[in-house]
Amino acid sequence: MLTTESIQKIDREIAKYPPDRKQSAVMAALAIAQEELGWLPNEAIEFVANYLGMEPIAAYEVASFYNMYDLKPVGKHKLTVCTNLPCMLSGGVDAAEYLKMKLGIDFNETTPDGRFTLKEGECMGACGDAPVMLVNNRRMCSCMQPEQIDNLLAELE
Amino acid sequence: MAILGAINPMLTVGLDGDNAWRLDDYVKRGGYSALKKIIAEKTPTDQIIKEVKKSVLRGRGGAGFPTGLKWSFMPKYFPGDKYVICNSDEGEPGTFKDRDILRYNPHSVIEGMAIAAYAIGAARGYNYIHGEIWEIYKRFEEALDEARAAGLIGKNILGSGFDFELFAHHGYGAYICGEESALLDSIEGKKGQPRFKPPFPANYGLYGKPTTVNNTETFSAVPFILNHGADAYLEAGKPNNGGTKLFSVSGHVNRPGNYEIPLGTPFATLLEMAGGVRGGRKLKACIPGGSSAPVLPAQTIMDCTMDFDSISKAGSMLGSGAVIVMDETTCMVRALERLSYFYYEESCGQCTPCREGTSWLYKVVHRIEHGQGRADDLDLLRSVTTNIMGRTICALGDAASMPVQSFVKHFQDEFAYHIEHKKCLVPPEIQRAGSGFFKATV
Ligand SMILES: Cc1cc2nc3c(=O)[nH]c(=O)nc-3n(C[C@H](O)[C@H](O)[C@H](O)COP(=O)(O)O)c2cc1C
Ligand code: FES
Repeated sequence: MLTTESIQKIDREIAKYPPDRKQSAVMAALAIAQEELGWLPNEAIEFVANYLGMEPIAAYEVASFYNMYDLKPVGKHKLTVCTNLPCMLSGGVDAAEYLKMKLGIDFNETTPDGRFTLKEGECMGACGDAPVMLVNNRRMCSCMQPEQIDNLLAELE
Repeated sequence: MAILGAINPMLTVGLDGDNAWRLDDYVKRGGYSALKKIIAEKTPTDQIIKEVKKSVLRGRGGAGFPTGLKWSFMPKYFPGDKYVICNSDEGEPGTFKDRDILRYNPHSVIEGMAIAAYAIGAARGYNYIHGEIWEIYKRFEEALDEARAAGLIGKNILGSGFDFELFAHHGYGAYICGEESALLDSIEGKKGQPRFKPPFPANYGLYGKPTTVNNTETFSAVPFILNHGADAYLEAGKPNNGGTKLFSVSGHVNRPGNYEIPLGTPFATLLEMAGGVRGGRKLKACIPGGSSAPVLPAQTIMDCTMDFDSISKAGSMLGSGAVIVMDETTCMVRALERLSYFYYEESCGQCTPCREGTSWLYKVVHRIEHGQGRADDLDLLRSVTTNIMGRTICALGDAASMPVQSFVKHFQDEFAYHIEHKKCLVPPEIQRAGSGFFKATV
């Protein structure tokens, strides 16, 4: 289901916890699976659960509880924009509006070419750099004024 | 560099250049000397806890609980495993200080955790890092590798016989995991839902073992206290409010960022350090301690000093030290609507008053903002908050209620105007100009 590289990464996570507490690695393992597959199909969640020796339903609960797991396919680039109050005061909501206009999609939608998915995010702990957005859960982009957004979209195309 | 200013810094002192976060740099600044001294001299654990108590270091995660006292709750003669946990889940809107501590001074957190582990008798620890700050998580792992390679964490640290293993665990997008018992469940590989208390983590924590949870900034202050003494730390702040604190200033200021200042510094000084209100406009309100803290009107906050006691006397909380500044372009109804949406989204759903109540709060504020408010909506909001507060397992319910109560109390006219006239008191184009996003329209 997953590449050897992903499995090695998961093993590294398992080693962080006491030997009888493999389940503690489930968040990291799901994140690693999602990074490889782009999203988390049920089979991936089951695979992770079996690998860690836990009930698939317990792994599914984790995957559905935390916002950064995608249980449905997303575009090649998932853009999560923070619109919480501190960011809103410095253009977070405007940045989201700008992105919606440029991409022609609303939150939780994907462009027809499958390139971009837009998500509304909560505070990312970076409010001083507002507007902020996250690309594919990994790369944080700061101080995203219209020009910076244009550049980012061009770069991701 | 996002630490933009400091007065008598302790946590962010000497952080120059791109390599300040590296082990070599930290050691050159005197880093790990407190840990080395303790393990070489086999300092009695009581003595360390006494020193931390004397410093009046109060937890930097929100509640301001005395750290030394918390450590003293750990059972001393417990035969099995004990854990020390760092809470870097920083999800409280407005707060971005722990990210900078981990980014620029991660070894101060590692050293602080190692000292705590020694003092409470733990051999293993985890740092739970907010999922959205992936690059910082990676950096912390690198810092851990450095410390491990230098024998500063791991088995038999520097030949002293003291073992301490430390690992990073990342979150994946759930505000509630900042609540310490939800965080513990999350490390156990479960949904992050707060636990009933008691038992408290000191008795029943991670994997059911005695556990101490502290905030990143709390741990990061520990090496200073042991190097320079409790008195030096306490004196840097004001009585009952030891030391300096990092304040994350966001919103309508010219220079948003982190500022390290002694507790007791006037709010006016902090505002000035952050470049004053954006565009020279007038201050309207300020949330002084993260989104869960009650909002204060301009005239009240301008008279406050930044410490636990002054802010609480003024009717709010110092909380996490996140200072959200709002100027006259802000519509208070819209501001509250966004916060209420946040708590509604992030309620874990375990307790009915919180799950249903946060949904009501959002619905009602939303309809007021969108011109469908009803005459008795403000009474309704107040009654929903009283039905939430004190009736939930964790403090998220209170955190959702306090903004509502304080916004409605201090800006009642603006809410009433909204309900009566079905529109904002502050015209939309003025609000838009306030954000500075579409610069052309300012
Ligand atoms: C809903 C909620 C969210 C919280 N979020 C955080 C957080 O992001 N970081 C943090 O350190 N403490 C947070 N806390 C407080 C923790 O439960 C805990 O009190 C704190 O980590 C203890 O550390 P301290 O004593 O050093 O402050 C939160 C509490 C609640 C109720
Ligand atoms: S509010 Fe957007 S990062 Fe904090």
